[in-house]
Amino acid sequence: MTAILKSKQAAAATRLDAMSAPKSANWATPARAAALARVERMGLPSRRDEYWKFTRPDTLTQADAPHAAVFVHDEAPVFDSFDRLKIVFVDGVFDAAASDDLALESVEISRLADAADISWAGDIYGKLEERGQDPVERPLAALNTAFASDGVLIRVTKTPSKPVSLIYRHESDSSDATLHHVVKVEAGASLTLLENGPAAARFNKCLEARVADGAELHHVRAQGRDHERRAVTHMFVELGRESVFKSFTLTVNGRLTRNECIIEFTGDNATAHVAGAALGDGDFVHDDTVFITHDAVNCESRQVFKKVLRNGATGVFQGKILVKPDAQKTDGYQKSQSLLLDGDSQFLAKPELEIYADDVACSHGSTTGAIDEDALFYLRARGVPQDVATDLMTLAFLAEAVEEVEDAALADEITGRLEGWLVRHRD
Amino acid sequence: MLEIRDLRVKLEEEDKQILKGVNLTVEAGKVHAIMGPNGSGKSTLSYVLSGKEGYEVTGGSATLDGDDLLELEPEERAALGLFLAFQYPVEIPGVGNMTFLRTAVNAQRKARGEEEMSSTEFLKVIRAKAKELKIDAEMLKRPVNVGFSGGEKKRNEILQMAMLEPRMCVLDETDSGLDVDAMKLVADGVNALRNEGRGFLVITHYQRLLDHIKPDVVHIMADGRIVKSGGPELALEVENNGYADILAEVA
Repeated sequence: MTAILKSKQAAAATRLDAMSAPKSANWATPARAAALARVERMGLPSRRDEYWKFTRPDTLTQADAPHAAVFVHDEAPVFDSFDRLKIVFVDGVFDAAASDDLALESVEISRLADAADISWAGDIYGKLEERGQDPVERPLAALNTAFASDGVLIRVTKTPSKPVSLIYRHESDSSDATLHHVVKVEAGASLTLLENGPAAARFNKCLEARVADGAELHHVRAQGRDHERRAVTHMFVELGRESVFKSFTLTVNGRLTRNECIIEFTGDNATAHVAGAALGDGDFVHDDTVFITHDAVNCESRQVFKKVLRNGATGVFQGKILVKPDAQKTDGYQKSQSLLLDGDSQFLAKPELEIYADDVACSHGSTTGAIDEDALFYLRARGVPQDVATDLMTLAFLAEAVEEVEDAALADEITGRLEGWLVRHRD
Repeated sequence: MLEIRDLRVKLEEEDKQILKGVNLTVEAGKVHAIMGPNGSGKSTLSYVLSGKEGYEVTGGSATLDGDDLLELEPEERAALGLFLAFQYPVEIPGVGNMTFLRTAVNAQRKARGEEEMSSTEFLKVIRAKAKELKIDAEMLKRPVNVGFSGGEKKRNEILQMAMLEPRMCVLDETDSGLDVDAMKLVADGVNALRNEGRGFLVITHYQRLLDHIKPDVVHIMADGRIVKSGGPELALEVENNGYADILAEVA
C-alpha cells in the first residue's frame, strides 16, 4: 500500500469517526454499508490525486464545514415565476411547510428519510454511484451514499404537466448538508428537473438517474451566488436505448464548486448533452468534471462549458469521453472555453478522449482568451460604454452554453439572471 | 465643426511617427475627402479621432464644436456626435445586430440626457431605414456582421450611421471591397444623410466613390500631412495622373 493511499485512508477514518450514520430505511441499508466500505478502502481525495490536481479538496474533506456567511440579497429566487412542484430543503433539511404536497400526476415522489420500503430505488441507490467509481474513484460520492440524511426519490411513469423543482436554501453559517436523490424515468416518460439555491455552507449532493428506453430527463440547475458556500455534486446517469438526457448548470460565485457528471450509455441511439455557464467574480473556484462512457452504438454526447472569470477566479474543466470497443458510430463533442476578464484569473483544462472503436466521430476544443479588443472598440465607438460593452460580450460568450437549454422559457430565465447579475456588478 | 490643428501621432508600441502635423477644418454641411497613397496616415487619422488604443498623440489638437476629442473615451466622442464608419467592420458573435444598435442608440441618448427610445419606436425607425439600404429583417436579427458579405457589412455601417444620426461622420475607405452596385447603394445612403448641420470626412483611395458622394473639398495626404487641398477637380487629377505628380509638385 502506498503512503499516499494510507494517508487518504487515515483521513477517511478520522472523518468517519466524527460522523454519525443517519437513520436509514431497510432497503437502503446494504447500499449504505457497501458505500461506507468503499470510502474506507479508497480514502478521501487528496491534492496529490491526479483527479484533484487543479482543485484542492481539503475544505470538502475536512471534518467541519468551513464557516460560510449567508448571502443577503433582494432578488427573487431563480425559476420563481415557473409553475412547478416545489420541494424545499433548508440547510439540507426538508421543509414541509415551504414545499408542495409531494404529489404530481405520472410521478411517484418520496423522501429518502422516510422508512418505507421503496423497492424500485433499491436497484439504483448507490448502484450507479458504485459503477461510476471505475475507472476513476469518487470517494465524496460514496461518502454521500453512506451518510445522506435525506433526498428525493422520483419515479416517472408518463410525462407530468410541470417540472419537479428542488429548492435549496442556505440559512445557517455552519450547515453541512448531504442529500442524495434518485430519479427513474420509465420507458417513454419524460421529466424536467430543476434545482436552484445555495443549499448550505457546505453541500455534498448526489443524483443518480436511470433514464429508460425512449425516456427523457431534462435538468436545469442554478447554484446560487452565495460567495462563501462550498459544494461538491455528482450526477450519475445511465441512459437506455433512444433515451435523452440534457443537463445545464449555471454557477455564479461560491468559494468552491465541484460538479461531477458521470454518464454511461448502455442502450443504442441515445443522446446526452451536458452544458454549463459559470461566472466567477472574485476568489472563487468552479470545477466541472465530466466523464462520459460510450458503451452502445450510435450514441451522441455533447459537452459545452463556458466560464467567465475575473478578480482572481479560477475555472477548471476536466472532461473525458471514453468510447468502448463496440461503441461504433459514436458522435462525441466536447467544448470548454473561458473568457478571462483580467490577468488575475485562470482557467485550467484537461480535455481527454479515449477511443477503442474505429468508426467514431469525436472532437474536442478548449480555449481561453481575453475579451476581443477590436470588438470592444467597435461597440465603444458606437457609444456603448466600456462596462456595458464588456457585459454584452460576456453574455454573448455564455450564450452558446445557455442555448443548450432546450426549453425557451427556461433559457430566457437563465439569460435574464445573467443580465441582472452583470448589471448589478456595475453598480 | 471638426477642427484638427497640427496633430502629431506616433504608435504607442514603437517609435514610429505616423501623423506629422495634420491641419484640417470640416465645416457643418460640407463633405471633405481625404485621398492619399497607402501608408500616408489616413486610417490612423480616423482611428485617432475615434479614440482607438495603440496611438500616442505627441502634439496638436482635435476638437468637435470646441470639445477636445482627444481627452474623451471613445463612447463619449460617439455621444458628442462623432461617427466612424469602419474600413473593416468587426464581427461580434453572439451579440444580435438589433440589440447592439438599440443599446448604442440609447446609451448615446442617455449620455446626452435625452429620453431613451422605446422598443416599439426603435423597431419602427430601424425597419424603415433598413429598407432604404436593402437590409432585410433577417440581417437585423443576426449577430453583428457575422457571416455578412463585404457589401452587407458596409451597408450595416451606413444603417448604424442613419440610426445614430451623428453630427460628424468619418468614413474610412467605405468603398473598399464593394462592387459598383453596392457602392452606389452605400453612397445613396450617405447622400440621404447630408444636411446643413452635418459634416463628413470621406477617406478613400479612389476617385470613383467621389463620383457618387460629391465632395466640397478634396485633400491629399502624404507622409502624415495634408500636402494639398482643392476642389473636386483634385480628385480627378489623382484619377488621371496618380499621386506621383502631385507629390512631386509639393515636394
